[in-house]
Amino acid sequence: MEMKLNDMRDSKRTWEPGLTRVPYWIYRDAGVYRNEQQRIFQGPTWNYLCLEAEIAEPGDYRTTFAGDTPVIVVRDEEGELQAFENRCAHRGALIALKDSGKAEDFTCVYHAWRYDLQGNLKGVAFEQGVNGKGGMPPDFCKEQHGPRKLRTATVGGLVFGSFDEDVPSIEEYLGDTIVEKIERVLSKPVEVLGRFKQTIPNNWKLYMENVKDSYHASLLHVFFTTFNLNRLSQKGGVIISETGAHHVSWSKVDHKPQSNSAYSAEKLRSDKEGYTLADPSMLDGVDEFGDGVTLQILSVFPGFVLAQIQNTLAIRQILPAGIDKTVLNWTYLGFTDDTPELRRMRLKQLNLTGSAGFISMEDGAVGGFVQRGIAGTDEELAILEMGGASIETQDNRTTEASVRGFWNAYRGYMEI
Amino acid sequence: MTTVFTQERLGALNAMYARCIDNDQLEQWPDFFTEQCLYLITNADNHAAGMQAGMVYADTRAMLQDRVLAMRDANVYEDQRYRHIVGAPLVLEQDATLAVVETPFLVARIMRDGGTEVFATGRYLDRVVHEEDAALKFAERVVVCDSSNIDTLLVIPL
Repeated sequence: MEMKLNDMRDSKRTWEPGLTRVPYWIYRDAGVYRNEQQRIFQGPTWNYLCLEAEIAEPGDYRTTFAGDTPVIVVRDEEGELQAFENRCAHRGALIALKDSGKAEDFTCVYHAWRYDLQGNLKGVAFEQGVNGKGGMPPDFCKEQHGPRKLRTATVGGLVFGSFDEDVPSIEEYLGDTIVEKIERVLSKPVEVLGRFKQTIPNNWKLYMENVKDSYHASLLHVFFTTFNLNRLSQKGGVIISETGAHHVSWSKVDHKPQSNSAYSAEKLRSDKEGYTLADPSMLDGVDEFGDGVTLQILSVFPGFVLAQIQNTLAIRQILPAGIDKTVLNWTYLGFTDDTPELRRMRLKQLNLTGSAGFISMEDGAVGGFVQRGIAGTDEELAILEMGGASIETQDNRTTEASVRGFWNAYRGYMEI
Repeated sequence: MTTVFTQERLGALNAMYARCIDNDQLEQWPDFFTEQCLYLITNADNHAAGMQAGMVYADTRAMLQDRVLAMRDANVYEDQRYRHIVGAPLVLEQDATLAVVETPFLVARIMRDGGTEVFATGRYLDRVVHEEDAALKFAERVVVCDSSNIDTLLVIPL
């Protein structure tokens, strides 16, 4: 009888080919979560680890994650970037216990097993025993034990890591256009202006879909729309990488008066007349990249976002922390050559972004609305038909093409 | 020397501030600040590292009014309330016109479904001034949260 129940449950967990329907069980299933860790986060993808600027000198390290796997990323004595699991080969304890630091080597606190900056096991405490007694067997070979290593690669000062030895090069993985759009923003030395963490009550995929969903931006985020920062009727579009894995959504503010008719005709909540700021200096900005693009949201599969909103520059690292829990690590950036005026503009405009951001706070909550809304579903499906069924680059944003792109890449890695 | 920055007055200032937020009288909240001011919400790690960015950064009272306006009319969030428990203000420095004060706080957040959790703990780093009408105001209130983590979102000011 129990077998039969299990069979019935499994039989419902099917997903027809295509990208315009997504079954809700994909956000709720423990087996799916485990497979994602193996096939995606530890598979042939690149995970964002940190900024090169955060580990500038030999011995500088940060602890981070690839999916839910703890990772140490460190600059070695030769200046090369190394990354390996933050897991002692002996009993599995965390090797490094701080967010960041400087080290000549790493020693696990539990039994003092020691690793060099490449992640090689170099020392086992009391390996020869004490007074001729105890110790490791003579055939114990330190070279055969150690935390798993990641390949590392950089683009625009961003450090990525992969557990897969056969992963394509970062340039091939991203494609020329995505690399170009990263380098458009990260064109010179950066400085970290702040780090903030946000924990959201939903599956990580709901957050990545939200990032790639250019359709929702001006509907959910009223602040955006009201101040003409982002209307779908503005010039803009989405760029989608070949497999759909990565995307860029961009727009330009047109300072000429704009027709409101598309919004008022739909009687949208986000269309508010006469909403003015008491202190509009928050929105003062400069065209620092010289192309008039005031918004560029760029995502890299599986869990990286680089966002430029006017003069705010922010990185998001999206980390699954359970089926219905996701951690966002925000890193706010400026450039080392910022003038005091530009720096002040960034600090003020940062009100737009982050967990308390005028235009991003809703994103922290809306995934939870879905996660709670789909409780009790099994066969039901989400609809992703806005703008058709394709995952092609297009010059409008009233489309879910880049969300479909996410699922195209996802289904490929998951073989689902 | 007599001072306007007595423990009693600073305590009352913080009690009124907390009551204003917790009783949802946020339209009055900007009045606790001088016209040119600094209200910043950051965390202990950023503060210790001297990093300037905040989750909220306002350098005028008008920007605080905009926070309230956006919260009322623009931003979307589930119903929630705070309960501030504010500790004793400690005056670190003072002269005739300015006091540098540090005050610990704990804020519980009460959600629509009744869930009540500690949302934030930390310390207020204040520069308190007294204006001509003798009211005490914050020329600066830097909210240094102990934790770098925010659950879901931050909409009501701390």
